[in-house]
Amino acid sequence: MQLELRGITKRFGSFTANDQISLKVEPGQIHSLLGENGAGKSTLMNVLFGLLRPDEGEILIDGVVAPIADSGEAVRRGIGMVHQHFMLVPVFSVTENVVLGFEPTKSFDRVDYRRATEDIERLSQQFHLDVDPDAIVENLPVGLQQRVEILKALSHDAELLILDEPTAVLTPQEIDSLMAIMRSLAAAGKSILFITHKLKEVKAVADVITVIRQGHVVGTAEPSASESELASMMVGRNVQLTVEKSPFNPGAEVLEVRDLVVLGDRGLVAVDGVSIDVRAGEVMALAGVQGNGQTEFVEALVGMRPVLSGTITLHGRDITNLTPRQALDAGLGHIPEDRQRDGLVLSMSVADNLVLNTPRRAPFARHGTRDLAAVNDNAVRLVHDFDIRTTSIQGPASSLSGGNQQKVIVARELSRPLEFLIASQPTRGLDVGSIEYVHRQIIEHRNHGNGSLIVSSELDEVLALGDRIAVMYEGKISGVVDPSVSRESIGLLMTGHTSETASV
Amino acid sequence: MSEVTAAPPRPSLWVRYTSSSPIVVTVFALVLGLVVGALIIITTTPAVLDAWRAIFHGWDGVPHALNVTFNNVGAAYRSMFTGSIVDPQGFWHSLVTGKGWTNTLTPISETFTYATPLVIVSIGVGIAFQTGLFNIGANGQAVIGGISGTVVGSMLHMPTILHLPLTLLAGIAGGMICGAVPGVLKAYTGAHEVIVTLMFNYVAYAFLLFMVLSTPFQQPGQQNDISRTMDPSAQLAPLFGSSSGLRVSFGVFVAALVVAFAWWLLNRSSLGFDFRVTGANPSAARASGINARSVIVVAFLISGGLAGLAGVVQVASTTHYIDGGFLIGNAGIGFTAITVALLGRNKPMGIVWAALLFAALGVGGRNMQAATGIPLDLATVIQSVIVLFVATPVLVKEIFRLRGVSTASVQLATTGWGS
Repeated sequence: MQLELRGITKRFGSFTANDQISLKVEPGQIHSLLGENGAGKSTLMNVLFGLLRPDEGEILIDGVVAPIADSGEAVRRGIGMVHQHFMLVPVFSVTENVVLGFEPTKSFDRVDYRRATEDIERLSQQFHLDVDPDAIVENLPVGLQQRVEILKALSHDAELLILDEPTAVLTPQEIDSLMAIMRSLAAAGKSILFITHKLKEVKAVADVITVIRQGHVVGTAEPSASESELASMMVGRNVQLTVEKSPFNPGAEVLEVRDLVVLGDRGLVAVDGVSIDVRAGEVMALAGVQGNGQTEFVEALVGMRPVLSGTITLHGRDITNLTPRQALDAGLGHIPEDRQRDGLVLSMSVADNLVLNTPRRAPFARHGTRDLAAVNDNAVRLVHDFDIRTTSIQGPASSLSGGNQQKVIVARELSRPLEFLIASQPTRGLDVGSIEYVHRQIIEHRNHGNGSLIVSSELDEVLALGDRIAVMYEGKISGVVDPSVSRESIGLLMTGHTSETASV
Repeated sequence: MSEVTAAPPRPSLWVRYTSSSPIVVTVFALVLGLVVGALIIITTTPAVLDAWRAIFHGWDGVPHALNVTFNNVGAAYRSMFTGSIVDPQGFWHSLVTGKGWTNTLTPISETFTYATPLVIVSIGVGIAFQTGLFNIGANGQAVIGGISGTVVGSMLHMPTILHLPLTLLAGIAGGMICGAVPGVLKAYTGAHEVIVTLMFNYVAYAFLLFMVLSTPFQQPGQQNDISRTMDPSAQLAPLFGSSSGLRVSFGVFVAALVVAFAWWLLNRSSLGFDFRVTGANPSAARASGINARSVIVVAFLISGGLAGLAGVVQVASTTHYIDGGFLIGNAGIGFTAITVALLGRNKPMGIVWAALLFAALGVGGRNMQAATGIPLDLATVIQSVIVLFVATPVLVKEIFRLRGVSTASVQLATTGWGS
């Protein structure tokens, strides 16, 4: 199917999310839509899928104007969408999920599961999806769940597939196989719109790249373009993709974790005997697919989750099972994984958020009364030093963009005297410019001879920051490696192969 | 990020005016409340209905019906105004002749008398709301505070300089004890404070009846459910002297102190900062090292203490004794406080205005009932409609086409039932 967008404009009040966007996807083509968060990619896709009505412009399918009023019409016209967050019923089987809403029926309105299962097996074979139709979705790994979404779209005879940030949740190996699937779909004549902000993937799989920025198409590029070219198109200025680090010069051991066992929310062991050492002047990167115990591990370190057994020592002092307050006072800095849940109070001012965990400390308060002048001075200084883009330090944190919200947390943590920094997914959801900034701050902190632990499921980030890389799998450390090892071997560690088998 | 680069066009004066302050939404809600009240008067007053039935009976049927309608609605709202604030004619008369000041000032004095304990208890409820806690038991806490304060005020005897402060402190202590129980239960066992505080109201009522019927606290020589009377040394004296005939008492200064304390607590103190962080985002509060348990307990102590203070202020400034019907039914200021706090957006000064409005509607409603026969319940309806429209700013926005009233400008008072 050939899809053409002509001059699509979508406004929300005074804000123009899409401004005269035109692009054309040819049959059998993998067309990449590259742009930062907030550039207008998702708005455009929602317009295309009938979830939003454009203010101007038209959509043409095979050269014919085809208005799309709702998502049902989009599906009927052969457009399929694989959302970033899967729309699957976890307790249903693959077949049930695929037919949901479009159940093939036989007499007396009974669902014809046999026919549905056969359809799925046929599609699955044709495109090498390798999905068992009878498996229960919640038992499948994330990569396979995504294939169920793809199957669902294909079963509705989709000729054009929209993949919205499909690699965000995948391991490197899963990303590779997704790309293989995308290529085989394209070879069978399906068109693919691949939305992402990851440069490597675009270069690996796209036939054509359209870059959008601030709602405009800023240009198209060939996959042969260099990463830094693509990045500067996307951000609008030159971006440094690698972080410059001073030579690795580790000092004494700062943080020592021994045989840590921590339970998860459901009472199962989430961290299963983890031991790790971090030295002064070292960034220890903790890699791993999300949900392998990293969250619980960090929560135990900062006193937000009880430690069942094992010890944590900081500069030789036992800090196991402290309260969060004691952990903060011991000098642990924490950039939480979910910044809006744990890191900020969105309804409160930027200035208040900058002292969120030190409100009682001098000079911000005296005898229980806050010194708002000191709080404001602090905010003015940090907004300047950390380049936080805000119209007012009294404005609510919710008015900041995601990148600037993260800068507030980074500024708050790095501006107080720290013994050790723990950062969880410090650049999740941030644009390239903010990632660059946060990375520089973390490395600067390290260059001053401080120890830090960076937890990330982004392999690029782990490789860019880590002086050593520990990989976590199912609550255990499956290996500690040097950042010079290949991506593949780290990928293998992330899927549970131990370092002996992975070090090939 | 990229979104903010497009400068929005400068909004019109009207839009900026209406979006600048939640007060505007409140004023519109008040207008709507009066409109709904008028509709109820029209549809329930026989004289008005008869006039409309008779519109075809003569050439002037419609003008006559309109006239009757405006007269009735006007009379109702006029009596509400003159009964709660001031009668302009009486005011002019007093000004010219210098006489009748008692009658002229009685309405506003009554409004302040009713508003005084309401402000105190509503601020307690508002502080709990700001911490993310529902204190539905403020009424019971006020009852206990009223009892403990009246016990000290009537059964101990000492000079005013000691007696009055001790009486008020006893009220605070009673409310604190009553508020501490749900606080501790929530902090240490996770028991939901709505259930516990609600049930504690009944415990308080039962305790009240026990106290005024079966203990030496009962007025000696009485069989009825009535307590001893506070010593004059424990009473909050009328502001203008007992010969003035105006009931408004030194309790207004107590309320003013409470407002000042609450303003400091919520806007300037570290403790209040912890309260607000906990109320706005419990996860972030925990991650920031705030001890949720102590915040919950302390917030409930303050909330309950203020409710108890309201109870004893009510007794010490008006009746000076309590009976078995103390704060029951319509007089349950602890329940009115929930809506007052909501209307005042849990801010001390907002609560003062909201409490004055509710007090005026209540006091004026009584005058309306006496003057026009329209039942007092109409005042309750108006109060309810105001709260309804304040709680649903989107609706107000639609009705008045207030473009640009961002939902952010009307923050939800609480975070819901979650804890």
